[in-house]
Amino acid sequence: MSKLKKEDILDDPDFKDLSKQKNTISTILTILELVIYFGFIALIAYNKPYLAQKLSEGGSATKGIPIAVGTIILSWVLTGIYIWWANKKYDVLVKKVKDKIGG
Amino acid sequence: MHQTIIGQTNPVAIAFFVLFVLTTLGITYWAAKRTRTTKDFYAAGRSITGFQNGLALAGDYMSAASFLGIAGLVSTKGYDGLIYSVGWLVGWPIIMFLISEPLRNLGKYTFADVVAYRLQQRPIRAAAAAGSIVVVLTYLIAQMVGAGTLIKLMFGLPFELAIVVTGGLMISYVLFGGMIATTWVQIIKAALLLGGATLLVILTLNSFGWSYGELFTQAEKLYGNKFLEPGGLVTSPIDAFSLGLALMFGTAGLPHILMRFYTVPDAKAARKSVFYATGFIGYFYILTVTIGFGAAVLVGQKIIMGIDKGGNMAGPLLAEALGGNIFLGFLSAVAFATILAVVSGLTLAGASALSHDLYVGVIRRGVANEKEEVKVAKIATVGLGICAILLGILFKGQNVAFLVGLTFAIAASANFPALLMSIMWKKFTTAGAVTSIYTGLAVAVVLLILSPTVWIDIVHKDDVTKVQAQIKEIDAASGGIDAQIADLQKQIVAADAIAKMKKKEKVAAEQKNAELQASVTAKTGEKNALAAKKKEAGAAMPKAIFPLKNPGIYSMAAAFLIGILVSLMTPDKASQDKFADEKVREYIGIGAE
Repeated sequence: MSKLKKEDILDDPDFKDLSKQKNTISTILTILELVIYFGFIALIAYNKPYLAQKLSEGGSATKGIPIAVGTIILSWVLTGIYIWWANKKYDVLVKKVKDKIGG
Repeated sequence: MHQTIIGQTNPVAIAFFVLFVLTTLGITYWAAKRTRTTKDFYAAGRSITGFQNGLALAGDYMSAASFLGIAGLVSTKGYDGLIYSVGWLVGWPIIMFLISEPLRNLGKYTFADVVAYRLQQRPIRAAAAAGSIVVVLTYLIAQMVGAGTLIKLMFGLPFELAIVVTGGLMISYVLFGGMIATTWVQIIKAALLLGGATLLVILTLNSFGWSYGELFTQAEKLYGNKFLEPGGLVTSPIDAFSLGLALMFGTAGLPHILMRFYTVPDAKAARKSVFYATGFIGYFYILTVTIGFGAAVLVGQKIIMGIDKGGNMAGPLLAEALGGNIFLGFLSAVAFATILAVVSGLTLAGASALSHDLYVGVIRRGVANEKEEVKVAKIATVGLGICAILLGILFKGQNVAFLVGLTFAIAASANFPALLMSIMWKKFTTAGAVTSIYTGLAVAVVLLILSPTVWIDIVHKDDVTKVQAQIKEIDAASGGIDAQIADLQKQIVAADAIAKMKKKEKVAAEQKNAELQASVTAKTGEKNALAAKKKEAGAAMPKAIFPLKNPGIYSMAAAFLIGILVSLMTPDKASQDKFADEKVREYIGIGAE
């Protein structure tokens, strides 16, 4: 197999696939994170009574508490999803392209 | 009555602290022998693993302000403190998805390397260095003043001595041990902080029968429903969004955080380190919130605010209540170590902007040997350290809370947009980047000065106090009249009753009633006059020229807009041609250092 030149990598279908996939997943996860966080902020700004509702009858904890903690945990889970994808797909594609150019 | 030894010289705290200092100085000695090249000094020889860098990133980010401050905010304001802790975390996923890998693949030591990758070196490096140094200095002042105050509270050391000790140690770590020592100081500090906070939460939950429900029930019993609901912290939606934006994207523009990505061997380790860092920081904030609620119940707001109005001592007080003097001493030492680690990271980031970007990139036009660059970085370290000590002492007793908001607003507006556009946008040009950075910087600073945070709380603080006193006086007078009117109305009711019952006295009673009514009218008139006066007094209340507390939403938008417009007006063929090369290196890391 002939080695690809660095200048030609951009047109290589595998590189195109790799950059497209990476951009797509980064964009989706970024938008998700923005929706989660600014959704939380919007709740605080526009619907305080919802956050003030009790979790269970007779209990004291409000819905706002698990929602805030959930925002933190979910943010971390999103980074985990990215890592999972990158380890499984991205690294493989990078290796494939690198092999082509003998780098 | 709860007894506390906080504020007195605490031998246990000092013993723990001395142990920490000796250990870290030992590490610095070890690191000094391994620090020769610029790669060692700025980037720890790129020898840090993803996990280690995750801890170090967490160490850089978890400041004493977030440890003591958020626990304090939760203990005094309840749910509102929780809102803050969420805001501090959400920038990390953004760093991972948009910044970490390209940053690692494209740069060498500073984020300016990435912005300048295919643009003209000198103007870009000058602008990026300006952005970095302003961020580092504002954050450093906030940390130093906080350090002096906290150390005075916890160890009983005088403010100035605390600042000099902090500054001296910080200079030693960075000067002799460079990034290797700084990284290990961060790792040890992060481990101690996470361990200490975990132990404190275990002891707290133990007192509530391992039930969060019980903790919240008791908190509600003591401080009412409102304590567990969002309150007055977020008033206007746009203000909340603006602060949220600054926190989120400011995290992704902090030079001392961005710099850490060059300490790992490759992009894979860089993204891994964000995953660990996000986990550690998120876990830490959840602990901190628990500590805050625990302190509110087990120590009580009265005692917490009696020691420090801002509630900063909630965590240490809880440690004292649950684990006695030894645990208090340990936690105080950890808080001191936390401050030290954060200021060290900041100083190193500032020194690298001064030497790598400003000296080598701008003054020497990219030509300088390693020895010279390391030497300049070391001089910059000492200079910055002395600056930090002097500024810390100069700002003693000042309200510096706004500086943290300013730091994040500038980082989000000056650093982040230029960095993101240089990675993503082919048509980005030198002129676009330079104008974007300076616009973000200027707009953030100017708007913050004109915002309520500075314009009212600091610049016109005395006027506000004066007007508030006037209004209070008028309110008191108005309240007095209200009482008189109520009294008159009671008499009217009584006279009415007499008029109804006894026909004989009806005329007299009616006459009295008319008199009383006239008095009520007169009093009401007086009251209205007072209301008018109050309005007049209120009109003299200084108003902020810019309405939002944090300028993030406008300064970020301005930086992006100017960057895009100027780039479109100054098309740069050479830069576009190099984009292909940048893209290849960004995605697959070929040629990455």
